[in-house]
Amino acid sequence: MSGDFALWVYLSRTPLLWLTVTLLAYAVADRFFQAAGRHPAANPVIHSVWMIGLVLLVTGTPYPTYFQGAQFVHFLLGPATVALAVPLYERRETVMRALLPMGAALVVGCVTAMGSALVFARLAGIPYDVMLAMAPKSVTTGVAMGIVEALGGDPTLAAVLVMMTGMAGALIVTPLMRLLRIEDMRARGFAAGLAAHGLGTARAFQVSEVAGTFAGIAMGLNAFLTAVLVPVAVSFLR
Amino acid sequence: MIVSFTAILLAQLLGEALARAVGMPVPGPVIGMALFLAFLTLRDRWRQASARLLPPPLVDGGVENAAKGLLAHLSIMFVPAAVGIVGKLDVLASHGVALAIVLCLSVTLTLAATVLTFVAVSRLIARRDASRT
Repeated sequence: MSGDFALWVYLSRTPLLWLTVTLLAYAVADRFFQAAGRHPAANPVIHSVWMIGLVLLVTGTPYPTYFQGAQFVHFLLGPATVALAVPLYERRETVMRALLPMGAALVVGCVTAMGSALVFARLAGIPYDVMLAMAPKSVTTGVAMGIVEALGGDPTLAAVLVMMTGMAGALIVTPLMRLLRIEDMRARGFAAGLAAHGLGTARAFQVSEVAGTFAGIAMGLNAFLTAVLVPVAVSFLR
Repeated sequence: MIVSFTAILLAQLLGEALARAVGMPVPGPVIGMALFLAFLTLRDRWRQASARLLPPPLVDGGVENAAKGLLAHLSIMFVPAAVGIVGKLDVLASHGVALAIVLCLSVTLTLAATVLTFVAVSRLIARRDASRT
């Protein structure tokens, strides 16, 4: 028994274990996603998260230890963001023709994302510090953490809320678009990227490359506009 | 593969450096994306010169394939950050239900407002263009 324990102590400290767990959980979740006919409720991110979370809770592994292994996957987010330039470049004509709708949707979407979060949070009696971390919930993690930190909030909590928003958005977007009878893939993708940042973009790429391209643009633009507008919105709260 | 990846990382590195130097609120990778876009545009504008000067993967579609390969696996890259939720279970325990409801409502409203604005404006433009011709 003590031999097994020593092995566990050794393995749980190497990045190898948690990197493998991350890939394994995703492989299982993705298999399930494919088997379920790529149904939005079978979103592989959501299902890998609870599986890994359960393993961490059961083994009593702190998140920083897990992240030492998982950071290699996390690191790829940066290069993947740069890679968004390729579909954007290949579809530049489609994009240039949609500048006006994109601009209008950006402003309306950005204000709705922040305003609705703050108004609903106040109605639900959520405390001020949590509300502060919630304001930039629709933008990509790094930016949201930066904004909240600059305002004196809790950046880790902001990251968690951003992730929850992303997962909710990835889950809701397809059924909602069907309900609204929107068939324009540019509009669907743009909304997904604006409301649910990278997770929305990943979901959009699962549906169509046009949607994914527009989601990537929306994610980038919204990061910029939200960074400018959140301090203004939060000043209304005091 | 190595050359393509180097080009992508280089764009990110430059973006990161620019973001820090100027103190922009935009993250480095997003600026990297803009730089990479500029690179692709310039490459195709001076096609002959780039074919002569740049390493082959940057002109023969290799870098495009590398980029698309990365994007095909975009979902898994969010898993490590999303697992961070387990570190905040205390906040979620005290406000979990309210938070989940607020986030879901807000994200639904945002999706609907954005998509409807996009569709409305593009229809408006299409109608204006149609009446003009």
